[in-house]
Amino acid sequence: MTELVVACAIGLLASSGVWLLLRPRTFQVAIGLSMLSYAVNLFIFVMGRLRLGAAPVVEAGKAANPAAFADPLPQALVLTAIVIGFATTALLLVVLLAARGFSGTDHVDGRESNR
Amino acid sequence: MTLTEHLVMLPIVLPLAAGSITLVIDERRLALKAAISVGAALLQVAAAVALVRLADESFATVYPIGNWPAPFGIVLVVDRLAAILVLLTCVLGVAALVFSLARWQRAGPRFHSLVQFLLMGVNGAFLTGDLFNLFVFFEVLLAASYGLALHGSGGVRVGASLHYVVVNLTASLLLLVGISLIYGATGTLNMADLALRWRDAAPPDRALFEAGAAILGVAFLVKAGMWPLCFWLQRTYSAASAPAAALFAVLTKVGVYAVLRTGLLFGTGSEATPSVGTPWLAYGGMATIAFGALGVLASQDMGRLASYSVLVSSGTLLAAIAIGSTPLTGAALYYLVVSTLALSALFLLVELVERGRRPGAEILAVTAEAFGAGEDEGEELEIGIAIPAATALLGLSFAGCAIMLAGLPPLAGFIGKFAILNALLVADPVPAASWALLALLVGSGMATIIAMARAGVRRFWATSDGYVPRVRAIELVPIALLLALCVALTVGAGTLIRYLDQGARALHAPGGYVDRVLGR
Repeated sequence: MTELVVACAIGLLASSGVWLLLRPRTFQVAIGLSMLSYAVNLFIFVMGRLRLGAAPVVEAGKAANPAAFADPLPQALVLTAIVIGFATTALLLVVLLAARGFSGTDHVDGRESNR
Repeated sequence: MTLTEHLVMLPIVLPLAAGSITLVIDERRLALKAAISVGAALLQVAAAVALVRLADESFATVYPIGNWPAPFGIVLVVDRLAAILVLLTCVLGVAALVFSLARWQRAGPRFHSLVQFLLMGVNGAFLTGDLFNLFVFFEVLLAASYGLALHGSGGVRVGASLHYVVVNLTASLLLLVGISLIYGATGTLNMADLALRWRDAAPPDRALFEAGAAILGVAFLVKAGMWPLCFWLQRTYSAASAPAAALFAVLTKVGVYAVLRTGLLFGTGSEATPSVGTPWLAYGGMATIAFGALGVLASQDMGRLASYSVLVSSGTLLAAIAIGSTPLTGAALYYLVVSTLALSALFLLVELVERGRRPGAEILAVTAEAFGAGEDEGEELEIGIAIPAATALLGLSFAGCAIMLAGLPPLAGFIGKFAILNALLVADPVPAASWALLALLVGSGMATIIAMARAGVRRFWATSDGYVPRVRAIELVPIALLLALCVALTVGAGTLIRYLDQGARALHAPGGYVDRVLGR
């Protein structure tokens, strides 16, 4: 059941992200990319398999049985991915504002399409 | 661990150090920054030469970072392929930095730091033996390239960069999905360990692994610029400032390298059925050549011509890798080296030839003023002297680039293409895909020579305004250096092809690489 909920949540985030990514306004694109990166981060996290009630850290002074713990590697990976995604999104926002300043429009092509 | 093995870290540590130091130095002390930056780039070339020799002596040198053994820690691996590509990157770095001394380094803030971080990312991507670490180095080089694509500012650059950033961010997300699928299916990220483990994966995991590898491949192909994933490329590359574009010439090759490396490691591993030889890659590569050749013919602007030439070069490499016999891979690697050198020279040259004609030049002057750099130095303190006979020298260099890219004798471009054609025709019977690639290669050479001759005639012979671009000697030096390297590689083609052929043989028999990395 947990798997289904998590999978649906990731799917919802990813599909919203893709839809927003294909919109013509730069702000929509930025939000779309953020949602996509949330989806991907969650995806990396669950690739270590979902485990309920598993301890995150080894107890002091006891021999550790790796099978009883959640996989720590995806957690390390997802931290790296979050930091990198955060930084690049910040950079995208700057480029987006600069493009708005130069072109006078927030259309991704720098000019309004004729409707 | 011997001292020479620590050399493996240098192409990553040196630019990191130089980039960080130039970052904290005040923007007004540009001469100091430039000295540190160029000095670090020259040291990188020296380190890369040492790595090339190291790779020649021993099959593959493995450097465990933090001394953690292979499947658990991250390793750097130097084999012939990685070493020669690192050397190529460092040479381009020196050329671009020296070129920028005349004026481009003043066009925006923190130019030297960005170039150094770009070099760090590219070198790291070539050297690493870990899939997630590859992603991290991709991000390092992409972040620096976003900065460099924006260098000089202006509406055109910012508009092109917006597309470039969005497309590459999306591709990076695909890369992450691929990597995490592969980790979920096999439980490892070390490339050598993966090459062993994916075969033993149980059926549901096997399907996950294959899906992950396919998504990973798509992400790499976006960076490599395969049609139809390449539409971001020509606009960004033709809008970028000259030294940045000269460095970008190697970025698509990082994607090609990643396809080659992971494809051969995760392949079936037998010589008869080459792993990445999925027909899709061959068709995609050929479509890229056709698209690039049409684009070259259609380009009025020389910057766009150069950008489409990047696509032709990328497509040739992808198709050759996909058809993938061992001698073909060796020939393709030789073509990779010489075509990247020629493309880089062309990007530098285009800016000089078009200087004063392009609207971008005025924007550059305005931003340089607005930014306030070089106010007190003024025009006359530009480094180097304006040289006479500039047009003649530019024309000669342009002809050199055209001959290299079109693959006409006597320069190295011809040898590269000839080696590829030769390797295509040794199979008996020659498959249809090889004939198609052969026709496309000859056709794209024809398109290139027509387009470049037309552009050359228009710029150098038929100029009615008598306009002579003001060119500094220091701007011609890097172009001359790159073209001289092309000539040297023409003369020394045998040595390099032999070296790369051994590299290709090692790539096609990944067992040795795997054993070396895992210390078995």
